[in-house]
Amino acid sequence: MKTAAKLGLVSCHYCSTVWKDVEAHDCCERCGTKLHRRKPDSLNRTWALVIAACLMYFPANLLPVMITTSFLGEEQQDTIMSGIVYFWVSGSWVLAIIIFIASFLVPLFKLAVMVLLLITVQRHSSWRLIERAKLYRVVELIGRWSMLDVFVVSLLTGLVQIKGFATVQTGAGIAAFAAVVVLTMFASMSFDPRLAWDAARP
Amino acid sequence: MQKVPDLIACEDCDTIHRRLALGYNEIALCSCCGAELERDMGSHGKRLLPLTIASLFMYIIANAFPIVEMELHGLASRTTLIGTVFSLNAHGMPLIAFLVLTTTILFPLFQLLALIYLIPSISRVGRPPGFNLLVRMIQTLRPWVMVEILLLGVIVAFVKLTNMAAVVPGPALWALGALALLLASVFSFNPRYMRRIALPDGREKTMSANRTARSAEKT
Repeated sequence: MKTAAKLGLVSCHYCSTVWKDVEAHDCCERCGTKLHRRKPDSLNRTWALVIAACLMYFPANLLPVMITTSFLGEEQQDTIMSGIVYFWVSGSWVLAIIIFIASFLVPLFKLAVMVLLLITVQRHSSWRLIERAKLYRVVELIGRWSMLDVFVVSLLTGLVQIKGFATVQTGAGIAAFAAVVVLTMFASMSFDPRLAWDAARP
Repeated sequence: MQKVPDLIACEDCDTIHRRLALGYNEIALCSCCGAELERDMGSHGKRLLPLTIASLFMYIIANAFPIVEMELHGLASRTTLIGTVFSLNAHGMPLIAFLVLTTTILFPLFQLLALIYLIPSISRVGRPPGFNLLVRMIQTLRPWVMVEILLLGVIVAFVKLTNMAAVVPGPALWALGALALLLASVFSFNPRYMRRIALPDGREKTMSANRTARSAEKT
């Protein structure tokens, strides 16, 4: 297989035009984007974002995301997990499963996959390259769906503001959770899947 | 720096392929890793403008009317999308408010307006001012448009509330559903192909002219 890098060609990330004899700091003549052989500083940036997301993952799951005050002044604090349990117990199994997947499994899966991809690239591994390429595409596709819980809590805060009867307030956990989602989205964007093939090809 | 018009590089594994002329609705996949190289947009370009305008109408309805109304002990409460943002901001969550504002209100609007500005000018000769910047912004912002996720979020919030109060779906909820479907159709058009349709810029024209001349000589 011939790669663009070996042939001395550079493909524009935005308009996919292929250029030859590209010098440093050249821009694509067709769309004006700066041309890079690979995404700049990809591994370092991705590691930084993944580590930051891992750190935020703990407060996101431990701190309350939603604080409900009922009319007797009782305060109920919900974490992401207790929200899922609430749906499960109250009989909305479908929703419980959707939220469990979107808020718990997807972020965890994303972080695990990104760490796996980064480590295999750094070890110059040629292990299951096609499966790894597929994993990366899956992560890019599903990552956004974790925002679900952020929207649910936001809508409830906007709606349930009946003073004296019931008010919903956002907890610090939702900020941490949103940070996990945004950071992992940036991480998968800054990762360059071509590095895996570079490392494995002789 | 020179352009190589006949080749295309796979974005996932950098393998070089020859650019093929695609038939109706055909998709070219990378032979090495299976990623999509190119897709034939066929007649999709023609459908894009009406779909975008329909999306804009749905967007306006989805933002102007309340999404959900609830009633508890005779007290009613309703919220629009922007109301949610203000409420988050008032409760000391300005960053979350900003995230909701951008992903569900500003970015979708930007996408729709930019497309409406760009599409009619495509068929004319030359590019409208700001073409490159706008196409690049459309491409960059696309993963951050989260209308379909918001729709699922509204449904979850709705079910959650039915357990504690009487809830009525507002007109914006239906508009939001329609908007999510329309946007899925609009977004199946990769803005990258706008450049292909847009631009017979001088050099490209002569290049293809040369090629046809050469192939004519051969025959």
